[in-house]
Amino acid sequence: MKPAKLVDLAKTIRSKNAGTDKITFDIIFNDKEAYERVKASGRLTKETVAKLYNISVDRICDFVEFDPAMAIKFTIYRNKPSGSPGERDIFGCQQYPPLYDIEIP
Amino acid sequence: MSSRKQLRIISPNGHLGFAPTQEGSFRIGAATKPDYYCCDSGSDDIGPAPLGEDKSVSMYEWQVHDLELMLLASREQGVPMIVGSAGDTGSNSRVDMFVQIIKDLAKKHRLPKFKLAYFYSEVDQEYIRQQMLKGKIIEGLDGRPPLTFEDLDRTNRIVAVAGVHPYIKALEMGADVIIGGRSSDCAVFAAPAIKEGFPENLAYYLGKVLECASFCAEPYGAKESVIGTITHEDVKVTAMHPNQRCTIASVAGHAMYERSNPFYEYVAGGMLDMTECVYEQYDEKTCRITGPKFVPAEGKIKVKLEGAGKVGEKYIGIAGIRDPYTIKNIDKVIELARAQVEAMAAGRPYFLDFKVFGKNGVLGDMEPVKETKSHELCVVVEGIAATSEFAEQVTSMATRQLFYARLPEVKGTAGTASYVVDEMLRATPAYEWTINHVIEVDDPLELFEVHMIEV
Repeated sequence: MKPAKLVDLAKTIRSKNAGTDKITFDIIFNDKEAYERVKASGRLTKETVAKLYNISVDRICDFVEFDPAMAIKFTIYRNKPSGSPGERDIFGCQQYPPLYDIEIP
Repeated sequence: MSSRKQLRIISPNGHLGFAPTQEGSFRIGAATKPDYYCCDSGSDDIGPAPLGEDKSVSMYEWQVHDLELMLLASREQGVPMIVGSAGDTGSNSRVDMFVQIIKDLAKKHRLPKFKLAYFYSEVDQEYIRQQMLKGKIIEGLDGRPPLTFEDLDRTNRIVAVAGVHPYIKALEMGADVIIGGRSSDCAVFAAPAIKEGFPENLAYYLGKVLECASFCAEPYGAKESVIGTITHEDVKVTAMHPNQRCTIASVAGHAMYERSNPFYEYVAGGMLDMTECVYEQYDEKTCRITGPKFVPAEGKIKVKLEGAGKVGEKYIGIAGIRDPYTIKNIDKVIELARAQVEAMAAGRPYFLDFKVFGKNGVLGDMEPVKETKSHELCVVVEGIAATSEFAEQVTSMATRQLFYARLPEVKGTAGTASYVVDEMLRATPAYEWTINHVIEVDDPLELFEVHMIEV
C-alpha cells in the first residue's frame, strides 16, 4: 500500500481541553480499514506522539483505542493549568495540526 | 420503579448564553412537548479569570435570550426547566443574576405564579481551611498533590461542583424552575431522570450525551437542540435540526469529547463506566445506547472543587515584524528585550512572555516545525506584575525594545516593528487554577443549600 498521511486517512483530528490541567486529542476515522491500518502501523503511539511534540512520555496520561467511535485518543498534561500566565491556547483546540503529517505505511 | 415508561428531555444549547440558541430546532423540539427543558450554562474551559473576577464571558443579551426561550416554552407546557452552572462560572453572583433574569422575564410576560429553586456552589475559603486544620486531606485531581495552605491562601474564589443531589432535592420540593450554581454538566439532565425513577446508569449516560446539545449530532452545527429519551432499558438521542442526525459515529465520538478517557466519567457520587456501551442506529435521526454501568462511590461522597487565584495585573503588547534579518534573528532580539526589562525591573518581580506567531506562537516548545518560513511575524507580549502601572511598564518596555532592536545588518534605522496601536492593551487580571481537587463530605447537600421562592 502506498504510504499516506494521517490527515488523508482520518475523518476528524482535533484537540481540546479536558478539564483545567489536560489537553486531549481525538483522531476519528469513518472507515474501518483506515482505522485498523493506522492502529497496526505503530506510527501513532505514546512514543511517536511524545517525540513529535518534544515532550516526555510520562506527560501522556491516556492513550486508548476506542472501537465504537473508530477513534484513537490520547491526553497530555499541560505544563501549567489552562489560562495561566504564558497561555497560548486557552481552549487547547489548536494543538492537533502536527499530527496531520504523520506518515502511515 | 417509576410509573412512567419513558422521559424526554430537550437540551437546547451546550453552553447557555455562550452563543445564542438556534431557535428553529428549539421550536421543532418544543413542539414535541418534552417532559423537561434542561441546559448547562458553564464550563472550566474558559480559563480561571472569569471565576476569579466573578464575571461572565457570555453576552448578557444572549443569556436572556436563551433563558427566555426555555422559560416561555416550559411554562406554557407546565413542565420543569433546569439550568446548571449559571452564567459560565456558577458563582453566587451568577446564580443571583440568572434568578433576577427569570423574575424579570416572568414579569415581562405576565407568567402565572411558579416556584423557583436555586442553590449556590461557592465554598468559603475558611471552611476549607478549618477542614484542613482538622486534618482532612483535600485530594488533588489530574496528578495534583493534595491542597496546601499556600495554594488555598492565594485563591480568590472557590466553587464546588454539584452532582444530582441539589437538583433532585429542588424537584422534590416542587420546583418549576431551577437555577443551579456550578454543577457537573451531566447532573443537570441525570437528576430529573433519577428523580422520576429511572436507573442511575442510564440517567447519567443520558446526561453525558445531552450536555453539549447538538455536538453529539452530525453534520457539525452548534447550538441546535437535541432530545434525549430514557426508558428502563435504553437511552435514545435524536437531533431536532432538519439536517442533523444522531449517528453511531457522532454519539460515540461525542462520548470522548473534552475528556481524557472515553470510558469513564466521574461525578459526585460515583463513576459512569461506558466501556460496554452498545450503539445502534434506531432511526434516521436517532441513536440508541445500551450497556452503560454506574459504579457508586465507595465510602464518602467526594465533591470536586475549582478555585482561581489572582497572579497579577496584565497587559498585552503587539508588534509586527517584516524585516527579514530581524525575523531571522528573532530569538536574539527577544533576548535583548528581556535583558532590558530585567535591568529596568531592578529586582522587582514580574512575568514576561513573548509569543511569536509565524514561528511557534500557538504551540510554543511543542512546535515540531523548527524552521521559520514566514515573511512576517507577529509578536504578542504578555506582561504581568503586582500593580497595573508596573505591568504596563514591563509590557511597554518589552514591546518598545522590539521597535528599537538594532541588529548591525538591519538597514532600516527608524523602527524594527510595526504597531497596530502604540499602546499597551489592558487585559483582565491574570489568574491561575489554584484548586482542582476533591473534598469528602458526609452529606452531598452539605455544600449546596437549596432555596425556594415564588415568582
